Amino acid sequence: MTGLQRVGRWIGEHLVLAAGLLVLVYMFVPIAVVMLMSFNDNSASRNVYAFKGFTFDNWANVCQPDGMCEAVLRSVGIGLAATLVATILGTLAAFALVRHDFRGRSAMNTIIFLPMASPEIVMGSSLLALFVSAGFGGKLGLVTIFIAHVMFCLSFVIVTVKARLAGLDGNLEEAAMDLYASEATTFWRITFPLVFPGIAAAALLSFSLSFDDFIITNLNAGQTVTFPMYVWGVSQRGVPMQVNVIGTIMFLISLTIVIGNMLAARRKQPA
Amino acid sequence: MRRGRFTGYWLMLPAALWLGVFFVIPFYSLLATSLYDPQGSVLTGYDVTYHVANFWDALREHWDELWRSLWYAGVATVICAVIGYVLAYAIAFKAGRWRNFLLVLVIAPFFTSFLVRTLSWKLILADDGFIVDALQTVHLMGDDDRLLATPIAVIAGLVYNFLPFMVLPLYASLEKIDVRLIEAASDLYASPSRGFLKVTLPLSMPGVVAGTLLTFIPAAGDYINAQLLGSTNQRMVGNVIQDLFTDTGDYAAAGALSVTLMAIIVALVVIYIRKAGTEELL
Repeated sequence: MTGLQRVGRWIGEHLVLAAGLLVLVYMFVPIAVVMLMSFNDNSASRNVYAFKGFTFDNWANVCQPDGMCEAVLRSVGIGLAATLVATILGTLAAFALVRHDFRGRSAMNTIIFLPMASPEIVMGSSLLALFVSAGFGGKLGLVTIFIAHVMFCLSFVIVTVKARLAGLDGNLEEAAMDLYASEATTFWRITFPLVFPGIAAAALLSFSLSFDDFIITNLNAGQTVTFPMYVWGVSQRGVPMQVNVIGTIMFLISLTIVIGNMLAARRKQPA
Repeated sequence: MRRGRFTGYWLMLPAALWLGVFFVIPFYSLLATSLYDPQGSVLTGYDVTYHVANFWDALREHWDELWRSLWYAGVATVICAVIGYVLAYAIAFKAGRWRNFLLVLVIAPFFTSFLVRTLSWKLILADDGFIVDALQTVHLMGDDDRLLATPIAVIAGLVYNFLPFMVLPLYASLEKIDVRLIEAASDLYASPSRGFLKVTLPLSMPGVVAGTLLTFIPAAGDYINAQLLGSTNQRMVGNVIQDLFTDTGDYAAAGALSVTLMAIIVALVVIYIRKAGTEELL
């Protein structure tokens, strides 16, 4: 390789990295704006699209906007309930699909894939059509939101836990059995701890999907307002800066969890 | 391992029931809804009259939005594929020990509220925002030109919101590639670009196909970006379906549009997978 080619290659290699990082920056510009705006002092102004000055007021009075914190709490509650149920049902199903042979297994695998491949507006409207034709049209609310959220979280849970289960070394379980552990002991002492990171990841994913969902929720919520629906509502009028505080908190919490997970995984398997 | 004959069924049953009752059966309800007698209403009830004309009426009225949805989603998917490929490639091959950290950064924005992020795009693209100001200063935009309420804004929002769905599958398939194959290509005197086109790109096709589908499908059904970043001229079919269901209460037309959207997407996906020839997707 001549020197010139080497220089060309160096630039080429770093160009790709630089371009990649530029794309990452693009992904973070809105997050940075959300964070910045959470400190925006716009109390004197009706223009929500300009930075007027630095203040901690929005953080100190997070719950000042009418109904916002109630909506956040409602979303957290729905998220927790939907995550709990979806994670349990999904984990059981993942065990069935990986560890057991039964009739209709491949059909089940396809059905699990479908919710991830359907546009939300179609899923939401079909569920609404079911509720209306079953006579629940006037009773939309927490229950119907919960049903919808478990429905679209299930597939993601099953897929995530399945991946973890499939990557498990069956020898460990056999070793336990060889050492006279009963089936139950083997499950709780060996299998479950090994699968747990997958279940935890699935639960996290499920919670964030539920907390963030707007399209399906909006169709099936009736008068109940979740946080995304609250944001949608205020986006037509003026967005209170406190919305950005919630956005920032969500970002920080999830970043902490994801990075914490990563560090924990690194400690367990030294490179 | 020892186990009962029916354990598999019992473990599968709850999830299967939930998906059956709340995912599969609703599609039949939707189909029934699309064939309602359009004279009905939520209050008086509907009759399934096999009123196939619903489809014809809804399509005639909302053809523009339907076409625009597919068009915007298509453009957004292509842009996502290009810049997502660059990012995934950089992480997989150039990032070294920063790989995992960069992957976290790709997922992190995804965990922040979709709506809050999209609203923040509204701010970035605003008429007196810094991007518009900058472009006007260098005369790439006229003084009265704007970004907000244009197709550019909606497509930028779609690209932004669905980019992680493109990057993750692309990364997964790039990471699996044996680097020795690329080295072999270069040992056999393939230029870097030729090596990329003949080795890396074909081997990453499963990721391209999966990423394209995961981006295109939600983008075609999305209406948040069109609503927040666009104007009435950028309405997508999702906006129409949502309005027909919640504001107008025209369930028959909304159902017909929903069924049509789903049918178009399924057809496109089948054609696309056939052409791309990737079987390991499902």
